[in-house]
Amino acid sequence: MSLDAITLSVIQAALQQTCDEMDLTFSRAAFSPVIAEANDRSDGIYSAVDGALIAQGSQGLPVFVGVMQYSTKTIIEMIADGRCLAPEEGDIYIVNDPYLGGTHLMDVRFAMPVWRDGKIFCWLSNTGHWPDIGGSVPGGFSASATAVEQEGLRLPPVKLFKKGRLDPEIYAIITSNIRVADQRIGDIRAQAAALHVGQDRLFAILDRYGDETVVAAIAELRRRAAEQMRANIAAMPDGIYRSKAFVDSDGVVDEPLTIALAIEKKGDGLTFDFSGSSKPCAGPMNSVLATTLSSVYLAMRHIFPDVPISAGAFEPLDVIRPEGTFLDAKYPRPVSGCAAEVSQRIAEAVFAAMVQALPDKVTAAPAGSSGNFALGGHDPARGRDFVMYQISGGGYGGNAGGDGLSNGCSTIGISKSPPVEIMEQAYPILYRRYALREGSGGAGKHRGGFGLAYEVELLRGEARASFVMDHGRVGPQGALGGQDGAVNSVTVWRDGKAHVPKHLSKEQDIPLKAGDRVAVGTPGGGGYGDPAQRDPALVRRDVAMGYYTPEQAARMFGAAASDVDGTPMKGA
Amino acid sequence: MRGKVVAGIDVGGTFTDLILIDGREGGGVSIAKTPTTTDNQAYGVVAALGATKFPVPEIDLIVHGTTTTTNAVLERRLARTGMITTEGFRDIIELGRRTRPQPYGMTGTFVPVIPRNLRLEVPERVEASGKVRLPLDEEAMRAAVKQLIDAGCESLVIHFLHAYANPAHEQRAAEIAAETWPNAYITTGHSLLSEAREFERGVTAAVNASVQPILERYVNRLRGELEGLGYARDFLIMNGNGGMISARFVTRESAKTVMSGPASGVIAAAYTGKRAGFENLVTYDMGGTSTDVALIRNAEPAVSSETEIEYAMPIHVPMVAVHTVGAGGGSIARVDASGLIQVGPESAGASPGPICYGRGGEEPTITDANLLLGRLDPKRLLAVDAPVTVEHVRKIFEEKIGRAAGLDAVQAAGAVLRLGNIKMAGAIRMVSVGRGHDPRDFALFAFGGAGPLHASALARELGLPTVLVPARPGITNALGCVVADLRHDFVNTVNQPVALLDEAAMRAVLERHREEGEALIAKEAVTPETIRTIHSADMQFVGQTHILNVELPSPDVDRATLQALFEKAYFARFRVELPEIRASLVNLNTSVIGARAAVDLSRLIDPAGRAATLDGALRETRPVWFDGTWQDTPVYLREKLPLDAIVAGPAILEQMDATTVLEPGDRAVSDADGNIIVEVGK
Repeated sequence: MSLDAITLSVIQAALQQTCDEMDLTFSRAAFSPVIAEANDRSDGIYSAVDGALIAQGSQGLPVFVGVMQYSTKTIIEMIADGRCLAPEEGDIYIVNDPYLGGTHLMDVRFAMPVWRDGKIFCWLSNTGHWPDIGGSVPGGFSASATAVEQEGLRLPPVKLFKKGRLDPEIYAIITSNIRVADQRIGDIRAQAAALHVGQDRLFAILDRYGDETVVAAIAELRRRAAEQMRANIAAMPDGIYRSKAFVDSDGVVDEPLTIALAIEKKGDGLTFDFSGSSKPCAGPMNSVLATTLSSVYLAMRHIFPDVPISAGAFEPLDVIRPEGTFLDAKYPRPVSGCAAEVSQRIAEAVFAAMVQALPDKVTAAPAGSSGNFALGGHDPARGRDFVMYQISGGGYGGNAGGDGLSNGCSTIGISKSPPVEIMEQAYPILYRRYALREGSGGAGKHRGGFGLAYEVELLRGEARASFVMDHGRVGPQGALGGQDGAVNSVTVWRDGKAHVPKHLSKEQDIPLKAGDRVAVGTPGGGGYGDPAQRDPALVRRDVAMGYYTPEQAARMFGAAASDVDGTPMKGA
Repeated sequence: MRGKVVAGIDVGGTFTDLILIDGREGGGVSIAKTPTTTDNQAYGVVAALGATKFPVPEIDLIVHGTTTTTNAVLERRLARTGMITTEGFRDIIELGRRTRPQPYGMTGTFVPVIPRNLRLEVPERVEASGKVRLPLDEEAMRAAVKQLIDAGCESLVIHFLHAYANPAHEQRAAEIAAETWPNAYITTGHSLLSEAREFERGVTAAVNASVQPILERYVNRLRGELEGLGYARDFLIMNGNGGMISARFVTRESAKTVMSGPASGVIAAAYTGKRAGFENLVTYDMGGTSTDVALIRNAEPAVSSETEIEYAMPIHVPMVAVHTVGAGGGSIARVDASGLIQVGPESAGASPGPICYGRGGEEPTITDANLLLGRLDPKRLLAVDAPVTVEHVRKIFEEKIGRAAGLDAVQAAGAVLRLGNIKMAGAIRMVSVGRGHDPRDFALFAFGGAGPLHASALARELGLPTVLVPARPGITNALGCVVADLRHDFVNTVNQPVALLDEAAMRAVLERHREEGEALIAKEAVTPETIRTIHSADMQFVGQTHILNVELPSPDVDRATLQALFEKAYFARFRVELPEIRASLVNLNTSVIGARAAVDLSRLIDPAGRAATLDGALRETRPVWFDGTWQDTPVYLREKLPLDAIVAGPAILEQMDATTVLEPGDRAVSDADGNIIVEVGK
C-alpha cells in the first residue's frame, strides 16, 4: 500500500498527540510527586510483533527514550514461550525487572495490548517512577547495595489487571512490600487511565483512516525516521571520535569507573563502542543494557531534537553490546544508580565525542547529576518519621550559541526541584542558603552555567543523610579548549566539624542531630572554546554581577579579564 | 449605572481597536482600527478615538486594555528595580526551579527580571510556621535601601522567606524603605500572592515592581491625552482576571494587567455566547505567531493562578486561563529530511511575515496556503506593503514543499492547511475538551483575524458541533472592555483533609472574601448594577500535588458536599474513582463580580445595511479548494447578509477584518446580535 506525504504526516501528528495526551493524563492524575510534579514518567505505542517503538510522548522523561521497547519485547517473547500468561482483552501487565529491559526497580512499567478484531494491533506502555519499591532504604537509592534484592521488590511481567479488573492478589503482594503503600492505588489507577486514554485516541485514528492505512503508515514512518537520522549523520565528517567520562565511584569501592567511548562515523551510520569501560561494579552504579542503549539515544536526541522518537531513529545507531562492562550488568548486580547517574555519564561521553564532529550543535558537558540528597529521620515535634529528597540542578555547558544555562535540570530529566518553603513546611529542616554557586561555571569563550550552593540544617530530632551524586572527582568536561566546570562538593557539619564523604559524591546513612548541617555545591557546566577568546565586556559583566571574583576572572579568563576593575555589589 | 456611552479600547501588538456603543436613544456603534503606536500607546488610542469622529466629551466611560506591561516584561524594558531578600536567598529569582526551556536540546538562556547586582540581602528569618527565628536587622535594611537608591533604582521589591505565613518582617521592612524611598513603588512579596513557593512569589513581585513606573507613566500620559480631548472622568483598565479596575488604583498591582488583552477577548466571548444561548465555549483566537485558547463553562471563563508568560516567568495571580498554542497564520511549513511535511513551530511572525504580506517573507506559511487555496482574497494583496503576486507564492510552495513531497503547489498548500489544522486541534484539545469534557457540549467561538478562517475545519477535528463567529471578530478584545465587569479575586490556602475541616471557619473565610470584594468595588467610580459572588474550592486527594477546581453552590458548604462535589469532578476528569483515599481542600477561592448594565450587541452590524435577500449580499463567486478539488464558492459580504438568511457551505463570508469559511456540508444562520452560528457538517 503506497501512502502520500499528506496522509503520512497526518498520521504521524495523530500518533504523537495520542502519546502526549497519555503523558498529560498520567501526570495530572498521579499521586507520586515524582510523577505528578517531576514528570518522571513516559508513555508510548509499541509494535505488536517485536515491541519496536512506534511513537512516544514528547514530554516524557528523556531517560525513557526507547527503553520501553525492550520491556515490551520481553513481554511478547515471554508470552510466546509460555513464561507469561497469554493476554486477553482488558489485561494490563506490570513489570519492573531491570534485567528484562528496564532501568532501576522504582521505574514501574505497565503494558497493555490494544485489540482490534480479536487480534493484538499494538501495545501501549508507560513507565512511572514510584516513590518507593521496598528494599533496604526508603526511595530505593541505596548507595551501598551490593545485590538487587537489597534494592527492592522485583516484578517479572504479571497481569495486574485481568479483563479490566485489578487483581487483588497481585495488588496485595505489591502493597505488602513497599512503603507508603496506601497511596499507590492512586498511581496505579492513573497509570492505567493514561493507557485507556491512549487506547481511545488510537481507536479514533484507526476508525478514521482505516487499520490498513495506519499499519502501512507506521512502517513508512519508521523507515523515514531512520532516513532522517541517516541524513543528519551523513553530514558529519567521517572518522572515529573518542571520549571518556568518569563516575566518581560505585558507592562501595572507592575507585572511579571509566566509560570509554569510540564513535565511528562511516557513511550514514554511527557505531558506539564502549570497550575499555570498567568491569561490573560491586555497588549500585551498574547499568543494564536497556538503560545504556536509552542513554545513547537520549544524548542523540538532545543533539538532533527534530528526529521523531521511534525505533527507526535508532536504526542507524549501532551500539556494540558492552558485555563484560558495568554498562551491561547482569543479575544480581545492583542497579539503582543507572537511571539517575550512570545514564548521564554515558550521555556526557556521547556529547564529548560528538562535539568534536559537530561543534555547532553539541554543548560542552552539563552538570549531569540528579543531585539526590535524601534525609530520613524522626521528627519529635510531629511524632513521626520522615524521608525527604532534595534533587538539584547544575550548570549547562557553554556552546556555539552562547553561555550555558545556570541551575538547569539533569540531562535525563525534565523535573522541577522543590521550593525551599515547601520543603521547610514538610520536614524539620531549615535552609541557611540557596544560592547561585559563584565561580562554578567552567571558563571558555562561552562559559558554563553556574551550579547551586545550598546549606540545610536539621532543626529537631535525629536523621540520616545519604547522597547519590556525581562529578565530585572530575568536573563536567569543557570542550574545544574550554575548562571543566567546578566539581560537586558535599560537606556535612557535625558538632561544628566538617565531614567530607570518602567517595566525595556518595555516602549513605550519615547520622545527624539537631543543629548539624549539610552543605552542597552542584557542578558548573563545562566551558566552550578558549577562555582567552571571551568577550572582555562579558567578563566585566560577570564580575560586576558577582558571578566570579576579580581574582577568579583573572585566573580563569587570562587576557580576556585584563580590564576587569572594581568589586561587585555584595549583600548589605 | 451612570453612563450610556461606553468606549472599549484594546491595544494589541499590531492594531489598536476601539468599539464605542452609544446606548442613548438613536445612538449607534462606532468602530475603529488604527495601528498601534509602540513607543507611546496613548497616541494610537487618541488616533482610534479620532477615527470614530465621535465627540469625546460625550463619552461616559472609557475602558482600556493595554499590552504595556506584557511588552515591558517580554522585551525586558523594565524600570530599574532593586530587590532585598532574606540573607542567603537573593538568587531565588535567577535560579528558578532547575528547568530548561525544552525537553530536548541542552541549551537555553534566561535573563532574570532584576539583575544580580541589584539584589541585596539582609539578616532576618521567619520559619515555615510563621515563627520569627531571626529578627529583621533594621540597620542592614536601611543600608540596603540606601545602596539601591544610590544605584539609581526606581522600584523596590522586598521578598522574604515565608512572608505568606507571617508578613511582619516584610511590612516593617517596607516601612523602613518608605522613610527614604523617593516614590511609592515598593512591592512586598506577600501582598500580591500570599502563598508558599518563593520562586513564583518572588518573580510575581519582581514583575509587579519593575512595571509599576512604566504603567503609571503610561496611565498618566493617557489621562493627559484624554483630558486634552475633553474626557475628564476616571477611566478603567482591564486586568488579566477579566475584570476592570480604576486607572487610579491599577498600578499598585500592575502585574495583574499582564495578559489583559487575551482575557478581555475571553470575557467578550462569554458575554456574546451567553446572549446567543451558548454557555459552553472553547474560544479560539488565531493570530500571526500563536493562538490563544480558553474554556468557558456555564458562561464563566476558567481562571488560573499558574500563568507563565514565558519560560521561567510565572505570574501567579488569578487570571483568565488563556492557553497559548504555538501555531498561527505565520507558522512556517517545510518538508523535513524524511520527506514529511511539518508545520511550525517556527513562525515568520509579523516580520518578515507570510510571503503574501510582501515584507520579504520567503517561507511558506499557513496564511499563504489560505491564499493559494482561494480562501483569502488574492485581491487583498494589493493592500499590503509591497504587493507580491499569487504566482510568486505558488512558486515558493512548489519549490519548498511540492517538489520534495511529490505534490503540485495547490496540493502542497492543501496539505499545509490540513496539517496546520490537525496540529492546532491537537494542541487545543489538550487544554480544553481533552480535560474530561464532552466536546458535543461545546461550541467553538472563533475570533481574531484568522480564527473564523479555520474554525469550521477545527471544529470537525475536535468534534464540536457548532461554531460561533461573533459580529465583529476582529475587535473582540475591545468588546471585552465594553462588557467587562468589576472583579476581585481572593484565595485562601487551607491544606486540610476534608474530614478535618472546620465548617464554620470555612464559611467565615468565604464570607470575609465577599465583604472585602464588595468594599473594594464600592471604592470604584462606577457603580455596578448587581454584585454576584462565585465561590470555588481547589481540591485533591490526600497525597496528590495537582489540584482540581470545584465550584461551590453556596458559601454554606459542608464536608459531605465538598467530598461529593470533588469525587464527581475527579471522575469526570479522569474516569477514576478512588473510594480508598480521602479528599483534601487546598484553597478556598472567591470572585466578587460587580456586573455592569447589559450592553446591547444587536447594532454591532448596522441593521440598516443588510440586504433583503441572500443574493443581495453576494459579492462574487470564485473557485476555492475544498477536499481536494476546486469548487465554485459564493463569497458574501457578511454585513449585508439578511438576518434570516441560511447559508450553506461551501461559502465565504467577508468583512472588514475577518474572513469566515464555511466548509461543504456546513449550514450557517444569523442571530439577532449578528453572530453567525454554523452547524458543522459531518
